[in-house]
Amino acid sequence: MTFDIKKIRSDFPILTTFVNGKPLVYLDNAATTQKPQPVIDAIIDYYTRYNSNIHRGTHHLSNLATEAHEAARKTVQMYINAQHEHEVVFTRGTTEAINLVAFSFGEAFVNPGDDVIVTEMDHHSNFVPWQMMCERRGANFHVVPFDENGDLKLDVYQNLLSDKTRIVAFNHVSNSLGTINPAREMIQMAHDAGAAVLVDAAQSVQHIEHDVRALDADFYAFSGHKIYGPTGIGVLYGKEKWLNAMPPYQGGGEMIDLVTIEKTTYNKLPFKFEAGTPNIVGPIGLAAAIDYLNGMDFNEIVTHEDDALNYGREQLTQIDGLKIYGNAKHRTSILAFNIDGVHHYDLGTLLDTHGIAVRTGHHCTQPIMQALGIEGTVRASLALYNTREDIDALVLSIHKVLKLLGR
Amino acid sequence: MAAIKDIQAQIIEDFSFLPEWDERYAYLIELGQKAPPLAEAYRTEENIVRGCQSLVWLHRECRQGEVYLQSDSDSLIVKGLAALLLQVFSGQPAEAVLKADLTFFEAIGLNKHLSSQRANGLMAMVQEIKAFAARCAGGSI
Ligand SMILES: Cc1ncc(COP(=O)(O)O)c(C=O)c1O
Repeated sequence: MTFDIKKIRSDFPILTTFVNGKPLVYLDNAATTQKPQPVIDAIIDYYTRYNSNIHRGTHHLSNLATEAHEAARKTVQMYINAQHEHEVVFTRGTTEAINLVAFSFGEAFVNPGDDVIVTEMDHHSNFVPWQMMCERRGANFHVVPFDENGDLKLDVYQNLLSDKTRIVAFNHVSNSLGTINPAREMIQMAHDAGAAVLVDAAQSVQHIEHDVRALDADFYAFSGHKIYGPTGIGVLYGKEKWLNAMPPYQGGGEMIDLVTIEKTTYNKLPFKFEAGTPNIVGPIGLAAAIDYLNGMDFNEIVTHEDDALNYGREQLTQIDGLKIYGNAKHRTSILAFNIDGVHHYDLGTLLDTHGIAVRTGHHCTQPIMQALGIEGTVRASLALYNTREDIDALVLSIHKVLKLLGR
Repeated sequence: MAAIKDIQAQIIEDFSFLPEWDERYAYLIELGQKAPPLAEAYRTEENIVRGCQSLVWLHRECRQGEVYLQSDSDSLIVKGLAALLLQVFSGQPAEAVLKADLTFFEAIGLNKHLSSQRANGLMAMVQEIKAFAARCAGGSI
């Protein structure tokens, strides 16, 4: 199938919405993406036809729900090319997936004096959990800085790695700079030092390579809502050998094997890490989103998004006094900028009156803003349904806003 | 000094002549641009009301049971919104500030700036003003 942008846009009902009397131009996809009709339908279908608790019922609906929930795990497994279905753990989102690993991996493998490495461009969700773990385990917390273009300083990273490094965590794509980090190389470097790696794929799984085995990631985390699926569902992929060696994160129903007053034994993977009634419909919606993407040629999505991104950079840089943040060698989907003398909050607020949805602020990456010496940016972030026309609308509105501001 | 409710009514009337969002914000920005900058001496750490996205400085004085306010922000829109707040509250008896119901933001359609609490310091600013008015009315300053 060829990439038919008209058809794709028509698959996302919200894109025909009007905001403040203007047609919505949705450019806040790094925060969350919109949902195509098949995802909305899958959710409605679940609640309409077969809502039921799973893994425990003997009745018909429970079987249907369990089958759909577990089929979704298979869909995720195939999408990220995991070796085993039970290496896919459902979580609330990226944040919970990372917290799970920070806790359980930390308990099992991190001891006082060990090293943990993250990067200066990581989202607070892939930063704070590791800080907390280091505090709890008495380990040292190290941060790889980035250079003026927004590329990680790999020489510093190399020097930080040693036989004391237990785990490295970094985002494949930065939500504030759009940098695509050289994940394969960084993982290889960590493995050479004997360390495990968690890849925060929240901003990459929907835009670029997402093959956990090609990457050789030990852990890989992403959120359903950023890949056209529902909120409240995320994925933690972990290599079987690690997941088996890690203690559970939370206790409760589903995660147990045998419970007695003396001792509890735990369920097998992945259920050991899925305590309590899970988000049942979440994976079903997520699988519908992945199926939707699978209906296209992923390379065409990449080409289309890159075209909009490059066009956006080209157009934005023509605006007087506009500065783009993030000039890394390899980039995707993010256009972050400021305009001289204009506060990002003012620009974002005024763009909203034109129906243009962008995000402003520090984007949950305060260390990046500190490194850049700024308070925040305006961020336009792209998804597969964005077009050059969306960029044109953004640029036109920026000009109108600047005029309003008397510039 | 007009009463708080009359000042709010006046603001609501002023905005009724500005049906378009563009016009409302243009007016707010004008207010922000016209408002005098806060004296350097008052741009202190303790006068900062921290929002997630913008900084607001709020200088408070209590004189004979009346509340006097000055403010500034790095965002023009927030500065304009703060200027409206000051129109309503500054120079008023502390008792009146304390009792006042802030209705005009909603009436002029700018409530989102108050409700998105973390985004700007405006809600925090209102709380600070109320807390200050309570101390001013109680005679503790
Ligand atoms: C790079 C990155 N990591 C982690 C997260 C956290 O994702 P969630 O809030 O869905 O858990 C985000 C979301 O903004 C992100 O951009």
